[in-house]
Amino acid sequence: MSKERIKIAPEMYDIMPPEYQDLVNRATYGKEDRGWKDIGTTKELIEEHSLCAGCPESMAFRYILASLPAPEDTVMVGSTGCTSLVFPMVAVHNIHSLFGNQNAIASGLKRALSVRFPGKVKDVVVLAGDGATVDIGLDMTLQAWFRQEKFTTICFDNELYANTGGQESGLMQKGFVAKMAPVGKQFDKVRLPEIARESGCHYVVQCTVSKPSLIEKVVRNAVLVARELGPTYLQLYTPCILEIGKNSMEGLQEMRDSEKPTERFAYKEFVSEPAKQFLAELAAKDKERKAASKQLAGSTQEA
Amino acid sequence: MAENKSVIGTKNKKGQTYTDTWQLMNEAPRTPSFYTGSEVIKEALRRASCDVMIAYPITPQSEAAALIGELFAEGYIGDYFRGESEFAVMSQCAGAAFGGARVFTTTAGPGTMRAMENFPMWAGARLPIQMIVTCRGINSPLSIQPDTLEIAYLLNTGMLVWHAETAQDFFDWILKGYMVSEEPDVHLPLALCCDGFFVTHTKDVVNLTPADMCLPPYDPYRSPVPCMDMECPPVRMMRDPFIMKSNYISYATHASWQQEVWAAVERSRKHTIKWLNGLIETENADADVLIVASGTAVSQGREAIRLLEDEGMRVGLVKVKALRPWPGEEIREATKNAKHIFVPEFNVTGWLAKEIKASIPNSERVHAGPRVCGGMTMPPEIIVQEIKTALGMKSMSLAGRGS
Ligand SMILES: Cc1ncc(C[n+]2csc(CCOP(=O)(O)OP(=O)(O)O)c2C)c(N)n1
Ligand code: SF4
Ligand SMILES: [Mg+2]
Repeated sequence: MSKERIKIAPEMYDIMPPEYQDLVNRATYGKEDRGWKDIGTTKELIEEHSLCAGCPESMAFRYILASLPAPEDTVMVGSTGCTSLVFPMVAVHNIHSLFGNQNAIASGLKRALSVRFPGKVKDVVVLAGDGATVDIGLDMTLQAWFRQEKFTTICFDNELYANTGGQESGLMQKGFVAKMAPVGKQFDKVRLPEIARESGCHYVVQCTVSKPSLIEKVVRNAVLVARELGPTYLQLYTPCILEIGKNSMEGLQEMRDSEKPTERFAYKEFVSEPAKQFLAELAAKDKERKAASKQLAGSTQEA
Repeated sequence: MAENKSVIGTKNKKGQTYTDTWQLMNEAPRTPSFYTGSEVIKEALRRASCDVMIAYPITPQSEAAALIGELFAEGYIGDYFRGESEFAVMSQCAGAAFGGARVFTTTAGPGTMRAMENFPMWAGARLPIQMIVTCRGINSPLSIQPDTLEIAYLLNTGMLVWHAETAQDFFDWILKGYMVSEEPDVHLPLALCCDGFFVTHTKDVVNLTPADMCLPPYDPYRSPVPCMDMECPPVRMMRDPFIMKSNYISYATHASWQQEVWAAVERSRKHTIKWLNGLIETENADADVLIVASGTAVSQGREAIRLLEDEGMRVGLVKVKALRPWPGEEIREATKNAKHIFVPEFNVTGWLAKEIKASIPNSERVHAGPRVCGGMTMPPEIIVQEIKTALGMKSMSLAGRGS
């Protein structure tokens, strides 16, 4: 989408809502090197949300939206769950249809956009809960990967069904006592990152959302690899503070505790050979570009 | 943004000329061809300027779905693949339609039921997907035989539902269906149903439009809701998501949207009448006795009428083409003089008879039968017998035939 499309006619300017004016004037559509550092100085692509106060999903949303490489040409696909409370306030096109069918929607969507806009960048990014990704939607998650569909799947892993009140999910830890797991969950946390690797994902990362710079890096990589090569998967720990009995301020610490090297959310990454090569080329180009702009800045200073 | 008008008269990459649909359907020359129903579906799709077709095998639509794959290989369809289940396929169709594509799929029986959660979603999201339903049994024990029970489940989804009698209906209605579905004041999915095997697997002479003419492409920017392609400003859809809210505004919004979907079904009426030349067709509707039917039951009704004519009895016929929008007024008018109305159906519950009873005065005139199911055929003789028995006339026992 060209930025011209969102411009407001001067005659209409004053009647447009201030948040839309702000979006036109200060959002980072089309900005090269956009990232988490834009948060606070530019208009974010999320207006407000009705998640619980302090819910780490809200941080994750902000970091992801700040890090999409081309939000002006990105369509997101959600699913039912706490994330569906946020999507109506997100300033990229997004689709909610049913619970668990997100990777099927994204498959059809990506193909339609490829037919309609050949040769143009149109990124598709799925963002759904662990129940949607691993339980009710598992077949569609995996089949999209088997088919090598060119989009990114992001799972907000809060290890339970938050939106329906904290029931057991496949990504819950073994032994955790929850609704519908009255004597503790009987089986292990599903190893979806490993399954993703075996299913053909080219770039797989599991981490928490404690560090915005890390989220920026993995989101950017995941979207760019999906655009060029095939499916990518991010599993992000976004603890449901409400259901695990934490206060609003305690989400960050919970993530830091769980990402220690011996803990279940220790950083994990699988990259296919073609993706390694692609990312190396990308890094080299980035370096070149940065050096060139530094040189340019230096020479203008001299003049 | 695509402008349909500008492409009329130009050629697509297969050398087909984008042709005004009215001209294509009503004025272009027709060639009689001897084809199976499945082949007819393929030929319609060849001319449909379809962007995405998604397939899944289930008898009796597998052949048609595979033949469309051949069309894709020849370059007539933008993209085509086999999904992993009907539930997934219908969601993939939704994704493609959200992205602004003209979408086609086919299913049947258990496939329709497996995918059911998607259909009210399609309607609510205003996705003009076309789905062919080649009806078959849905009950246990497993059956692949013709049975139209699944149509009853589609009637309350908010989809348009048409019921084709012949392969010729099928050919014409696939192309016309997009014209109705894609109208900005409609923009709803269409379930185009037929009775499996009877239509799909039999050969018939069908008059085809020229293969080098095709429909104008779908223009997603005529949709009443934004196309999800990031080519128009991303609106903030709502201040708060209504889903979890327990307040009057939330309820009112959901209620008014459901009403709007059904209002769109109503608004499709004028377009459907234009393209299908009426929601019903009648023959001798002034007769005391009428047969009202849809699908292949219409053909069987015609045969029964011929048999009765031989015996000097005059029976009229009402062919119901569209089930949604429901031709209540047309049926009321067509049956106003009838003393007896027979509704032969290929399903156990008699959903068509129920709909008719709810639409006309003096509904005791409706005889909900004969009904066959589970793949049983409906010889015209049993319709004759049903009529004669109900009217207190003597009829030959069927078992004694030929003895
Ligand atoms: C077909 C269907 N089954 C069940 C539900 C109820 N449901 C809504 S959200 C949800 C759980 C979501 O869990 P998850 O995907 O982990 O997201 P979270 O809310 O935890 O972020 C369930 C079971 C539904 N909406 N649709
Ligand atoms: S219920 Fe849990 S996951 Fe949902 S918004 Fe609240 S804290 Fe976040
Ligand atoms: Mg969850």
